[in-house]
Amino acid sequence: MSEPMLHVENLAKRFGGIVATDNLSLDVAQGELHAIIGPNGAGKTTLIAQLSGQLRADSGRIRFAGDDVTALLPHKRSLLGLARSFQITSLFLDLSVLDNVALAVQAHAGHSFHFWRNARKDEALRAPARAALERAGLADRADWPAASLSHGEHRQLELAMALAGQPRMLLLDEPMAGLGPEESARMVTMLRALKSELTILLVEHDMEAVFALADRITVLVYGRVIASGAPDDIRANAKVREAYLGETDKAGADHV
Amino acid sequence: MKPAFTFRHMVIAALIVGLALLPLYVALTGDRFMLTLFTRIVILAMAAVSLNLILGYGGMMSFGHAAYLGLGGYTTAILSFEGVHSGFVQWPAALAVSALFGLAVGALSLRTRGVYFIMITLAFAQMAYYLASGMARYGGDDGLSLEARSTFAGLMNLSNKTTFYYVCLVLLFASILLVWRLTNSRFGMVLQGVRSNETRMSAIGYPAFRYKLTGFVIAGTLCGLAGALIANHTDFVSPSMMFWTRSGDLIVMVVLGGMGTLFGPVFGALALLFLEQFLPHLISFIVRPFNPASAAKAGEYWQLVLGPLLLIIVLFARGGIDGLLAMLSDKLGRKVRP
Repeated sequence: MSEPMLHVENLAKRFGGIVATDNLSLDVAQGELHAIIGPNGAGKTTLIAQLSGQLRADSGRIRFAGDDVTALLPHKRSLLGLARSFQITSLFLDLSVLDNVALAVQAHAGHSFHFWRNARKDEALRAPARAALERAGLADRADWPAASLSHGEHRQLELAMALAGQPRMLLLDEPMAGLGPEESARMVTMLRALKSELTILLVEHDMEAVFALADRITVLVYGRVIASGAPDDIRANAKVREAYLGETDKAGADHV
Repeated sequence: MKPAFTFRHMVIAALIVGLALLPLYVALTGDRFMLTLFTRIVILAMAAVSLNLILGYGGMMSFGHAAYLGLGGYTTAILSFEGVHSGFVQWPAALAVSALFGLAVGALSLRTRGVYFIMITLAFAQMAYYLASGMARYGGDDGLSLEARSTFAGLMNLSNKTTFYYVCLVLLFASILLVWRLTNSRFGMVLQGVRSNETRMSAIGYPAFRYKLTGFVIAGTLCGLAGALIANHTDFVSPSMMFWTRSGDLIVMVVLGGMGTLFGPVFGALALLFLEQFLPHLISFIVRPFNPASAAKAGEYWQLVLGPLLLIIVLFARGGIDGLLAMLSDKLGRKVRP
């Protein structure tokens, strides 16, 4: 077997007395959609923040595509091909949808100390940006101000921006958060299409989506991995049922 | 789709033509005062255009921008005092001094945000103000007169008021062209991205500080040139041109005209200086029929009227004068094409 795309070894992070990440190890194979689930406060977002570099781990190692990225700043990781989307939408609301994505493309196109040529007419930026919008299903909104999009479309734009750098791996932090059933279904379809081209780590509360998409699932409770395996194994895992749902009866497990 | 040529474009075109033809009006009417007033407007519009680059497009609320007017002005005046009259030396020196000051101030202030940034830029400008006050050799508090205007090896004579006006006007248009190119370039996109969401810019891989600092230095340098012009215009420099209220005036021009718009600062400068000039007369004129004795005195309270007036414009015409024009264009455009 080749090296996993993402290799996390004994990662730990504490905030004062709270252990947010507890000696966590995790492998995500190339081309895999790996979902992380767990109750609120399990440390899922903290984990994503450490993987993307927004937070520095107290100890442990993170390897991405063979490189040790443990000490790298977020944008360096992003340039290596590790892109993240944000749980709380963080866009350039007063710019156009296409401008948003073009800025993400431009971030990967070397330095931006170009002072004269019109960047809004630069096909080297605009074409990849439009392609990313296409993949995220937002092609027809390209010229809208980002502020005028719906919540669901904001999530799609987040996705387009993550795709703009042509990453090898996506870290998606609750892409379905706050979406209606219809928008969720559309996002699932989109992620399924992306899955064939990218490695994805998905943190998500929407269990229906997780079980529909994931190749493997890791369950986190209090910053610790309590189970990791194929969706069917996780569904059947007694420890997961107990810790995650706080109940042990068979009926409850069906909803996992 | 937006119509190609809107009411707003018409007003801007009229502004450009009007500014270009002003000396003709002066020649016909003999109203020399208008030439002096408009030279001042054009120079301060240039300063406002430079501030708009960082305030409007970059979201950097610099409260010390008048310092560059002073630095550019003092560099010109001091060189002149020391016997260097060539504009080929004075003006590049004014640019260089402003750029260096911008680099130093930006390098420190841009590490902070919000109120701290405002206070640090203000503090540096006040330092420049007190420095100028303390330079006894160059007049201290009393300021320094220019013995002669900058010379350009016989190419142009800035003592000719019409020539000088056109030099200022060409430089204003050049500044607007520069800002236009800058803000649409990759650099400008980064600047606007930082204004919109700096955290996200860092997250997607932009070292925001470098870009902000570059913008800050460019804006300061451009304003330094306006400073060299204003020293030539008034034949005099004094610390008061760097006082914090001057920086405030520049901010008012940008906000009043429309932040982050190409011609907004020009409208802002025009409006503010016109009000400053004519509001006292207008008030006296209105008061005179009711109370002839105190009409002149009433005019002195023009700032009491200016304040609320600015407040109303800023509150109700979001996007300033330019925003107002855009709104009108929208309404007219809809009326014309059903």
